[in-house]
Amino acid sequence: MADVIEVNCETDEVTTRPQTAEEIAAAEAAAAQFIAEETARQAAEKAKADAKAAAIVKLTALGLTADEVAALTA
Amino acid sequence: MATVNPTLIATVVVGSGGASSINFTSIPQTYTDLKLVASIRTTRTGSTQDAVALSINSGSTSEILLQTDGSSASSNTQGGYFGYVDTSSNTANTFGNLEIYFPNYTNTTTYKSFSVDGVEENNATQSYIMLTSGLYSSTSAITSITINGSGGNYVQYSTAYLYGIKNS
Repeated sequence: MADVIEVNCETDEVTTRPQTAEEIAAAEAAAAQFIAEETARQAAEKAKADAKAAAIVKLTALGLTADEVAALTA
Repeated sequence: MATVNPTLIATVVVGSGGASSINFTSIPQTYTDLKLVASIRTTRTGSTQDAVALSINSGSTSEILLQTDGSSASSNTQGGYFGYVDTSSNTANTFGNLEIYFPNYTNTTTYKSFSVDGVEENNATQSYIMLTSGLYSSTSAITSITINGSGGNYVQYSTAYLYGIKNS
């Protein structure tokens, strides 16, 4: 695990130290949450894109021109 | 017309060992606003996006974000992270960039709002920008700011600069 870099803005002193157990636990929890939320967001975006592609296929099959489909789906 | 001249308060350049977080402490209370500018790449794998987690005075913050890759956009509220940055899955030697602006950080009567824009640049066909509005729900003046990667550590050559801005 990489160190924490601390800068005292009054003295310009820079120190490095290992993460505390509490900091490690908090970082791991935050990372798990971030990754889960990002995965869900990306899955939602893919589902939306897939649905749009399917809709275009169906609209085209109904006889709409490419311009008409574009006007509906832009 | 008045000229705004940011004053550099502190600089961090991450060394070869990387960094799990960067913590600015004892921030001078002599400016009107603060601006944190960072260039960051993290060790996260499996995704081209990481985001910066932010803690003010060792406390939690909340946010509403808007994110887009240029072809679609979405908005969300998520758990304490702000602005996309690059990861180990991005093109080699590319870094994300991030700006966070904290107005009126010394006041002790209102909660502190702040804005963040972060860009994950991949030098490829897709990159992301995340714009975030944040809130530190405390009337305490901001005396410390900590940033860390949400999905990995900061790699060597990541940088963070803290500026003070006076409106007079």
